[in-house]
Amino acid sequence: MSEAKLTLTDMQKSFGTQHVLRGINLEIAKGEMVCLIGPSGSGKSTLLRCMNMLEPIDDGIVQLDGLDISEPGLDLEPVRRRIGIVFQSFNLFPHMSAADNVLLAPRRVLGKGTAELQVEAHELFQRFNLADHMHKYPDQLSGGQQQRVAVIRALAMRPEIMLFDEITSALDPELVEEVLDVLRQLRDDGMTMVLATHEMGFARELADRVCFMDGGKIVEEGPPTQMFREPRMDRTKSFLKSVLR
Amino acid sequence: MLALVILVPMAPGWSRVKDSFFNWEIFVRTTPRLLEAFLLDVAIFAWSAPLIAVIGLLIALCRGVRSPSLFPLRMFGAAYVDIFRGVPVILVIYLIGFGIPGLGLPRPWNSPYIWGTVALVLTYSAYVAEILRSGIESIHPSQRSAAICLGLSERDAMRYVILPQAIRRVVPANMNMFIALQKDVALLSVIGPVEILRQAGVFKSLLANFTPYVAAAAIFLALTIPATRYADYLMNRQRNVRS
Repeated sequence: MSEAKLTLTDMQKSFGTQHVLRGINLEIAKGEMVCLIGPSGSGKSTLLRCMNMLEPIDDGIVQLDGLDISEPGLDLEPVRRRIGIVFQSFNLFPHMSAADNVLLAPRRVLGKGTAELQVEAHELFQRFNLADHMHKYPDQLSGGQQQRVAVIRALAMRPEIMLFDEITSALDPELVEEVLDVLRQLRDDGMTMVLATHEMGFARELADRVCFMDGGKIVEEGPPTQMFREPRMDRTKSFLKSVLR
Repeated sequence: MLALVILVPMAPGWSRVKDSFFNWEIFVRTTPRLLEAFLLDVAIFAWSAPLIAVIGLLIALCRGVRSPSLFPLRMFGAAYVDIFRGVPVILVIYLIGFGIPGLGLPRPWNSPYIWGTVALVLTYSAYVAEILRSGIESIHPSQRSAAICLGLSERDAMRYVILPQAIRRVVPANMNMFIALQKDVALLSVIGPVEILRQAGVFKSLLANFTPYVAAAAIFLALTIPATRYADYLMNRQRNVRS
């Protein structure tokens, strides 16, 4: 693959006495799609939240395009604009319409005219088949629609890399596919993406690389064909056996 | 209730009490002037309430700052709330209302209206600050995370994401505070303004009759009962939506 977009070097993170990330080394190339799989509590979510410094790390280095963003005292606002993140629980702002959810940050941060931003937002809503729902409030939307609005909200900042934290786990099964379709579209656009996911079929279908995490470490990584057909490590084997049945 | 209505008039002193507290003639005669005086209560309320809202919000924000460099602000907020919630309103009114004009300030600045208002604003801001703070803390941290992750500053996250939700959530509780304030304005009578309670006191001395106090109570009720009902209605509605 080409140049590295995001590089993690020996990343450590603890919550109190709980050592959640125990030395993560990972390099994500531009345009690459990486899936993190592993049992609950293995550190997947924390890893994503440390990638954009939402959680400060205890030790190690995070580099975005070679810039050390884990340096203490660095102004993180411009960094976070370049990294989009979507959460399991959507986290839309309930007091704003879908359109305002999407427009808030660009309006405040990007310094473009409202008219221009509105056109851009409308294009995004149209692209993900939500143009009819732009002016609804989150509680008037289905889970799948809310999650797609959350994706649009992150995309409106024109991020260079997108992080997805189990974004289909809180959805009813029949709504999962519409959200995965959005990810397929982003994949086609060549967006750099990191997903924590339980959707093994999806990981197998689209990922460039699959990382199996357990106990705060990346136990094994490789292309999906190898990871799902012939994993080397015993822990990977037993995990895949339990989720694939 | 029925027993009360039947039994109380049977008490030996009832006819005297009836005459000095429920004298219809005096009621009719004093009510117009009391209503006029009540306008002053309403006016004091009207200029205090927005000040309380603004200062309460500032104090709540002080108490919520995260950055270690702003720790003194946090301390100030905590001390402010501790002091003004810990002292009876009437005492604050006495201390400020008599103390500061005692400095011998020139004319407009020795007015009991100003210092009475200041006393009410200081006290009520502390309560409102605590209500707002509980509202801010009731907003799930994931809302802040989502805002921060979009590249918004802490300030913008507070202003556009957290505060609008928090304020909406505590409207009913604040309504109750403002109903209490409406009544406590009458406490300023102790430092001079001839508002309704003081006016009723004047009538009492003049007519040697307590009916004006009953009339004053009736006037308060005419305002506070609808306001309380409205607050209850808001509270119920909030419970049903639960954003």
